[in-house]
Amino acid sequence: MTKLKLATVWLDGCSGCHMSFLDIDERLLELVEKVDIVYSPLVDFKAFPDAVDITLVEGAVSNQDDLEKIKKVRAHTRLLVALGDCAVTANVPSMRNPFGVDQVVKRAYEENVTLQPQLPTQAVPPLLKRVRPVHDIVTVDVHLPGCPPSADAIFAALVALVEGRTPDVAALTRFGA
Amino acid sequence: METVVTLTLNGEMVSARADQTLLDVIREQKIDLPTLCHMQGLSERGGCRLCVVEVQGAPRPMAACVTPVTEGMVVRTHTPELEHQRRLVVELLLAERNHVCAVCVVNGHCDLQWAAAKLGVASVRYEYLHPDLTMDASHARFVLDHNRCILCTRCVRVCDEVEGAHTWDIAGRGIKTRVITDLSRPWGDSPSCTSCGKCVQVCPTGALFEKGATVAEMTKERDFVGWIIRGRTKREWTW
Repeated sequence: MTKLKLATVWLDGCSGCHMSFLDIDERLLELVEKVDIVYSPLVDFKAFPDAVDITLVEGAVSNQDDLEKIKKVRAHTRLLVALGDCAVTANVPSMRNPFGVDQVVKRAYEENVTLQPQLPTQAVPPLLKRVRPVHDIVTVDVHLPGCPPSADAIFAALVALVEGRTPDVAALTRFGA
Repeated sequence: METVVTLTLNGEMVSARADQTLLDVIREQKIDLPTLCHMQGLSERGGCRLCVVEVQGAPRPMAACVTPVTEGMVVRTHTPELEHQRRLVVELLLAERNHVCAVCVVNGHCDLQWAAAKLGVASVRYEYLHPDLTMDASHARFVLDHNRCILCTRCVRVCDEVEGAHTWDIAGRGIKTRVITDLSRPWGDSPSCTSCGKCVQVCPTGALFEKGATVAEMTKERDFVGWIIRGRTKREWTW
């Protein structure tokens, strides 16, 4: 049996969901018998592959880079999993939405800076007007809420997806879990 | 003598007192029906619409908490359509204000969060409004956070009906509706508030909490309204 291709992507999140993914611990060995991890912040492939079976997306869509990345990821993924509250609800990153981008950027790059306060003009991707959950931008196949979802929840969901089943999300996790 | 009526609940014949609401009977029958604005011991508001049930012959779903039982009523509580509508209600509540469970004082102890989990709400189909809302931390012991308020009015009712102070009220209409203290002056300046904390304890979410509580630290004691009512009416003071 050929192995399925698994990718993980990190948008606007704290990496806690990836930490929780790593907390699968020795069961990762079980997992990699069934899947190849073809793209992830945890491995060293630079480009998102053409055909991925399952992609876990951590984080909300907050800047231009996130926006382009998630569209590309969706186009090359069979099953897209919104992993954790930031991907599912936009969560903490979206707490800037009531204030607007200008205030947020000013706060970060001018008000709180002691040496040479200035707004970035290159390398830093421009922030979107509003932070949005992943399903606001592209179709999501499975929502796995939690902050972060527990390792058990992530593992159970992955096992279900690998075996071609729909994970029973309500039994595994919830918002804020 | 009390009048007894018979109704059909999910296909079973059930007896009830004529002065009971449908919700009373449904709960008596140990049928799990979610509610957010209902609280035993307080008057009913019928506002959250989570307890909607299908009553044969009625043109639309009825809120069980404000529907009196009648003879021969045929009621269903968990049709796919009702479950769908309950999920929509929870999703609309989550989209309307800033419910960021992960950093909320009642994370893990929240009625709205549990309602979502129970109903299998794992994402919200509506666009989050992210309104710019204020907090009132002027009270010495308690904080009001409009970001988490679902306008269930439990605070308004417990303050008026149990404490007798009527500090809380509702101002505004529609999306601009807010709970207010004493004609919208800061809570800390309220001359009518007795600082009893009943509003904080009955609040289903993190909208009212004790000062000093941080993420997931605030737990609420919901049973005390029942204790007080039982004490006052039956002279049984137990807790």
